Amino acid sequence: MTALVRHRLFWPAAVLVLLLAANVAFTPGFLSIEMKDGHLYGSLIDIFRFGAPLILVAIGMTLVIATGGIDLSVGSVVAISGALACLHISGLPDQNDVGGVLAAVGLALGLALVLGAWNGFLVAGVGIQPIIATLIIMVAGRGLAQLITDGQIVTVNSDSYKLIGGGYWLTLPFGILIVLAVLALTAFLTRRLALGLLVESIGGNATASRLAGIRSRGLTVAVYAFCALCAGIAGLMISSNVSSADGNNAGLWIELDAILAVVIGGTSLMGGRFSLGGTVLGALVIQTLTTTIYSIGIPPETTLLFKALVVTVVCLVQSSAFREKVFQRRGRRRPAAPRATDDEKVEVPA
Amino acid sequence: MAPPAPILQMSGICKEFPGVKALSGVDFRLLPGEVHALMGENGAGKSTLIKVLTGVYAIDGGRITLEGEDVAFTGPLQSQQAGISTVYQEVNLCANLSVAENIFIGREPRRLGRIQWKRMRRRATELLAGLDLDIDVSAPLSSYSLAVQQMVAIARAVDISARVLILDEPTSSLDSGEVEQLFRVMRRLKAEGIAILFVSHFLDQIYEISDRMTILRNGSLVGEYLTSELGQVELVGKMIGRELADLEKLEDRPPARTSEPLVEAEALGRGGAIEPFTLTVHKGEVVGLAGLLGSGRTEIARLLFGADHASTGALRIDGEPVTLRTPRLAMNRGIAFCSENRRAEGLVPDLTVRENIVLALQAMRGWSRPIPRRTQDELVDKYVAALNIRPADPDQLVRNLSGGNQQKVLLARWLILEPRLLILDEPTRGIDVGAKAEIQRLVAELSDGGMAVLFVSAELEEVLRLSHKVAVLRDRRLVAELPNDDGLTTGVIMETIASGGRS
Repeated sequence: MTALVRHRLFWPAAVLVLLLAANVAFTPGFLSIEMKDGHLYGSLIDIFRFGAPLILVAIGMTLVIATGGIDLSVGSVVAISGALACLHISGLPDQNDVGGVLAAVGLALGLALVLGAWNGFLVAGVGIQPIIATLIIMVAGRGLAQLITDGQIVTVNSDSYKLIGGGYWLTLPFGILIVLAVLALTAFLTRRLALGLLVESIGGNATASRLAGIRSRGLTVAVYAFCALCAGIAGLMISSNVSSADGNNAGLWIELDAILAVVIGGTSLMGGRFSLGGTVLGALVIQTLTTTIYSIGIPPETTLLFKALVVTVVCLVQSSAFREKVFQRRGRRRPAAPRATDDEKVEVPA
Repeated sequence: MAPPAPILQMSGICKEFPGVKALSGVDFRLLPGEVHALMGENGAGKSTLIKVLTGVYAIDGGRITLEGEDVAFTGPLQSQQAGISTVYQEVNLCANLSVAENIFIGREPRRLGRIQWKRMRRRATELLAGLDLDIDVSAPLSSYSLAVQQMVAIARAVDISARVLILDEPTSSLDSGEVEQLFRVMRRLKAEGIAILFVSHFLDQIYEISDRMTILRNGSLVGEYLTSELGQVELVGKMIGRELADLEKLEDRPPARTSEPLVEAEALGRGGAIEPFTLTVHKGEVVGLAGLLGSGRTEIARLLFGADHASTGALRIDGEPVTLRTPRLAMNRGIAFCSENRRAEGLVPDLTVRENIVLALQAMRGWSRPIPRRTQDELVDKYVAALNIRPADPDQLVRNLSGGNQQKVLLARWLILEPRLLILDEPTRGIDVGAKAEIQRLVAELSDGGMAVLFVSAELEEVLRLSHKVAVLRDRRLVAELPNDDGLTTGVIMETIASGGRS
């Protein structure tokens, strides 16, 4: 039991369960999943489906944060990737042409990779602080997205493109499958191969890592590029789901949610140790919270406030220092008391 | 005469960390007006005991009484208020503030909310004069030597409250003159009735300054002794739990075999760091670098490892000219470098012992070729056993290990690469005699096995004992290269340093 409580993912998991329980209390059929037209439907599926872009972005963010950095530009990359893909598809003679859609996807992800590599270059090559380096694309990227779409919302009418964010495959929403694939790939790269160890080492002690022979520059660039790639995929998902690209609002503030997800998942913003499972859990907590807000009918003008409150509580509950202070105040005095032995008179401090 | 009642009494202290029993049933007492040395190997529990005493850690069992009253500190501030002050090895003052500000920070003399600077400076001057220190108290702390900074820290500690003063390895970065100055201050405080707890790895200093000592081993109490009644050999035997004979075995080093050169540096130098120097390391040779702190020892080591770029000169490895732009290129050539600053430049504290040990090997292989878990286990188990790393748990975080064991983890990281030239920068600094002997023996064995070693150490005896030849540095210049024959003594090396090689 104590081992379970001490597990580093216990508290985020507990919060998630609590949120789900609150939903069940308000909406009795919340947990039910049913089969309709060969697709799985239900609130749980929806949480995964709508949370998919956030999970993706958060996975990339986890690695960046593990190197001791941060990437603020992911929201803009989401917008740019969606905009470029939609622009390309809208110019196709046949918007359902699979080859054309694949080219659009490739183009968008390629640009995302370039933007990520640029971030990585600024951080590892030039030595700019990550928060400043990625701020450049965070701000300029919105402009770029506007430029691509010419300031308009580009709409497309392509069933093949729609599959990415709105379609189903093997009874599951296609987005969930993409997330699972990216997650599996990331887990493989970091935990099966040695990428995770090297990234944690760079984040844990950059100087020592250099002296241990780790080529941190290349790795850092790769990690930022990977993060942008994840954001790019998320951008495709979001634009595909609504069949349009909005350079202004797509992926707005998603970087903050992603950072939050990483932190809730137990990865330190100082870098070093990271937990992919924790990040996914963190992203699910955030998405479930959003769902909860709608399902229990919080008035729209107070949703942000409500969200902020819950997030504050989650972060506090997770902090062992805080828990110790608040919940175990009495327990803490105990070790200070002298051990009572039979043949010794013991003064017990008041 | 019966000894005065102890001012501080700790009895049956127990402290456990996850997986480690750091202290079990330790008794300790401090009498007023004595210097009491706390002795033990790395990992014996010295630091833990101090941290328990100062309230950094809560105890799991036992009791602490200060002047007969039970106390339970929940933080360093509380223990300080109760009269226990600590001065650590790394001075924890603000280098950018003035001496006077440092002494009175947080408790400046005020009137109506305004700080009375004049009064503060006058009081600071008086305080330091009490320690035989006559310096300008309005100058920034950083403009003074480490020794003076330490005195300032002591002055602050004493002025706040001290009835008990804890000095945790205060001498490890001081030169002998500065140590003398510190000891004068300690004797003066002692005469004023302050109880001083002193931790140092230098046995000579312990015998010079301390009245009594308490010895710990593996978290347990070995005993309390009067310094005058316990000989050095006995002391070391009690600390490491075996005989000192092991230490002596090294005395006879086989002469260096003449072999072909491995690394040749010709007029290699770096502006502002080290003047151009010429040095050849042969296969299987141990080359010692001797010189004072800041004389350029570390700079030479870093150049040979590619950690810094050379601005002049040429480097040849196996007779082949090379440019080492990164540590990685040096590693590819079979060069390994154990930094003197293991915390900042060596270990990744949040990773486990296992991960830290395999890190360099993994870096060499690249991220796409992970070391199979079984190979990892074999390598790690082998070196944990060979270097006697404690606790012998590969999944323990390195941050939880004591200094000496961290040093061994770092050493293991490089040994699994089987380098041809191993550069050791102060590998024995801040670690106990037992571990020191182990590392020295290891160096001798490695060189017998054909590995070249560049051995940097501030301890001349150690350099002399291990090296086949000694390169002497002074003021960032390599001034002499002395073969280690019968005529070479620490005296000769010191003279060479003092005269700058002009004879």
